[in-house]
Amino acid sequence: MATVTPSEEQEAAVTGLATAPADANEPEDRRAGGGPRRPGDSAWSRAAEAPRRWWRQLTSMRTALVLLFLLALAAVPGSTFPQRSLNQAKVEEYFTQHPDLAPFLDKLSAFDVFASPWFAAIYLLLFVSLVGCLVPRIRVHGRALVKRPPAAPRHLDRLPLSSSAPVAGDPAAIANTARGVLRRGRWRTVVRTEASGAVTVSAEKGYLRETGNLAFHLALVGLLVGIASGSLWGWKASVLVVEGNAFCDTVQAYDSFTPGTRMRDAALPSFCVQLDDFRATYLESGQPENFSAKVKYVQGDRAFTEDPDAGYDLRVNHPLRLNGANVYLINHGYAPMLKYTDRYGTVFEESPAFLPQDSQLTSEGAFVLPDANQNPKSTTRTADVQMAFTGFFLPTAPPSGPPIRSIYPAADDPAVTLVGYRGDTGLNSGIPRSVYSIDQNQVDSGALKSVGSKKLSVGEVWTLDDGSSLQFVGYKEFMTVQVGHDPGEKVVLIAAAFMLVGLVTSLTVRRRRLFVRVTPDGELTAGGLARTDPDRYAEEFRRIVDRIEDTVPPDPKQSELAGEEPASTEGAS
Amino acid sequence: MTDAQLADLSNTLLVVAIVTYTLAMFGYAIEFAFGRKGVVAARAAAPAQRKRVLVGAGGPAQDVPVSPAGPVAPSEPAPTAGRAAWFGRFGVLAAVVGALAQLGCLTARGLAAGRVPWGNMYEFVSVACVVGTITWLVVSARRPVRYLGMFVMLPVVLLLGLAGTVLYVDAGPLMPALNSYWLWIHVSTASISVGIFLIGGVLSVLYLLREGYDRRIAAGRPANAPGFPFGVGRHLPAAAGLERMTFRLHAFGFPIWTFAIICGAIWAEAAWSRYWGWDPKETWAFISWVVYAAYLHARATTGWRGPRAAGIAVLGFVTMMINLYVINFAVSGLHSYSGL
Repeated sequence: MATVTPSEEQEAAVTGLATAPADANEPEDRRAGGGPRRPGDSAWSRAAEAPRRWWRQLTSMRTALVLLFLLALAAVPGSTFPQRSLNQAKVEEYFTQHPDLAPFLDKLSAFDVFASPWFAAIYLLLFVSLVGCLVPRIRVHGRALVKRPPAAPRHLDRLPLSSSAPVAGDPAAIANTARGVLRRGRWRTVVRTEASGAVTVSAEKGYLRETGNLAFHLALVGLLVGIASGSLWGWKASVLVVEGNAFCDTVQAYDSFTPGTRMRDAALPSFCVQLDDFRATYLESGQPENFSAKVKYVQGDRAFTEDPDAGYDLRVNHPLRLNGANVYLINHGYAPMLKYTDRYGTVFEESPAFLPQDSQLTSEGAFVLPDANQNPKSTTRTADVQMAFTGFFLPTAPPSGPPIRSIYPAADDPAVTLVGYRGDTGLNSGIPRSVYSIDQNQVDSGALKSVGSKKLSVGEVWTLDDGSSLQFVGYKEFMTVQVGHDPGEKVVLIAAAFMLVGLVTSLTVRRRRLFVRVTPDGELTAGGLARTDPDRYAEEFRRIVDRIEDTVPPDPKQSELAGEEPASTEGAS
Repeated sequence: MTDAQLADLSNTLLVVAIVTYTLAMFGYAIEFAFGRKGVVAARAAAPAQRKRVLVGAGGPAQDVPVSPAGPVAPSEPAPTAGRAAWFGRFGVLAAVVGALAQLGCLTARGLAAGRVPWGNMYEFVSVACVVGTITWLVVSARRPVRYLGMFVMLPVVLLLGLAGTVLYVDAGPLMPALNSYWLWIHVSTASISVGIFLIGGVLSVLYLLREGYDRRIAAGRPANAPGFPFGVGRHLPAAAGLERMTFRLHAFGFPIWTFAIICGAIWAEAAWSRYWGWDPKETWAFISWVVYAAYLHARATTGWRGPRAAGIAVLGFVTMMINLYVINFAVSGLHSYSGL
């Protein structure tokens, strides 16, 4: 910020006006408080010197800037590498595609960037630097809020803005009038009488700038606290629910459950949600138009029958908000109703969810029957007669050609294409595995053998070589919901609101000073300076000085002159 | 009118907008090239002025008001100056007509699709372009910088042309995830900030050119050959004024961008169950926010003021463009609404 020739007075007038960080205006060693220190005073001060220097370095604006850059830079790999927190499957895919590079990248936390130690190191350092910078500034600003504006510099005409006009009358009275004008404009003012008999008014305005600035940065700290409390005491879970089924809020009921690091299972609230009916509508192009899940819910230790009216229309952008948890509709798909009648006549009927593979909802899944074909009269289990079917569900099968891909996402002409397997499904091995596919190892090892494949439309029955049969009865729809609770959410929202208000305040309010001096020999001089946006302050300064000059009685001698010379600005009002 | 007719009208108005913006660009360019403040005048004035330039530019950077003529203000207007100014005025008129056509284009599209006209990438870029043009018209009405319009219309024409050809999709309804009143607020403010940052970015580049020119002249290089690409600097307004305009635009755009991100977070909470999830678009919005925050801080830090800060502002706009183009096309995420 260039101003006119710096002089001592001017420096005094500027002091404290800056809202820029301290190191921009003051020499480094004045900053950390305590004033300049000489090394070698004592062993103690020498020992204290290094950490103090480090602290000064850390809380300096330059360090903050570098850390900001590092933060931005560190976030980039979070968008270039697949992230575990976003899509576990993509990370695994990356591992298979780059078997050499991936483990190395994994050691560098490239797949968990935002949970990595180096990302945390950057933002924690940034926040330490921020707090270290904030604390002294809050102190300074607190003092400035109660302090009176500084004494007027001796040479007001050396300030960036100045003006002078002749006046007549008692300097104190004129100064008071000027003060009145300034106070009406909500300036903080103080009137002082100088040794020469001149009376000065010092006025200052725009303290809100620094208040807003500090509020913004404090809100950032609040934001971090909110985010941290969310990840410590929050939890999230997801579950797939087929029409007609319900889930209750227990860890066992969820397909996945991620508790916060400090959260105990016992803290889960109690509720149950049942999916009655899922509806999806689509445009002719296949673009989805609306999803709606009609659900019933109960809270506390109640049964659905006790609260039959608690229904909810769960939609995207329209979550179900319960006490202590929210339920969000995240995904949906189809679950074909399959009925297998084994060679002993035992009927297995299930609606396994098939996961959507494309935008036309071609869905893939499996129907595994580890208990099929067991002789009901025998007590020994036969392993190699288990059954499994895998394949696709097509909501709208193509009218001709191979039924590989669905041509429309709505279930206009549903069909399944399934491959049947007989043998050992491997399900008794005790290893937990996906319910959406069969164990490929069992197929490869020959333990599971194909018994053929078939396309079935609704109602069709496929009779297998051993007399057992599979019927495609119909279909149900399923929804995937995300359930979760984030106790830090409200803190984050409030902090964000404060951030925004503080930001706008600190960017729009200007801190500025105005000085008026009235000398006993009838001269009114005014001077002004602003740290930011001096252009706009120039206009305001002119306006205020005009108003002051209009309110105080003009010098009669000058008035005569003004009468003779109409062009004089003095006469204009 | 039927929806189809409205959609057709919208497309016609898009063409009108691109054509008039192009005309505006040429009008501005003629003023820049032949105007009093432009190349011809500067060349005519240069021999007599060179010495003064050396002295003036070597002095301390003063907080002078914007003087578009810079240090090479000729004492006599060049012969073509008057006519060139008319081309400049024509440029303004064409830009106004173009902006109106584009507003009409967006309105017709919104009516045709029965929703707000910022539901896909084409519309998003279109809104950003019209906001950029309007921002420029406001800036150039308040400061004597009209003759720089060429530098603004060029990216606007490029972005809009690209949007109308590569990104174009027919008017249609929204996908369910976008069906929320937050679309009104989040996407519009995001698009508005892109438009404002566009002008801020252009002015930062112009400032860097001018500042680099001043520095090279101060170092003793001849005014007519300061080295590529700083030669254009001598026809640009004084560095301090450009810098201040740059700052004002960013100080205006940054809170809007912050607001857009906060609204996005509130919406994400309702739609995706979390207010922040480091989706690629979110990650890059964060990166841009941090870079622009760094710009605002750099401007207040000794040793970072001036060209370094302006460089950060340019970097900020680059990250915005990466977020808009690279992330939409190369990376899949929850924000994949380009409609392509």
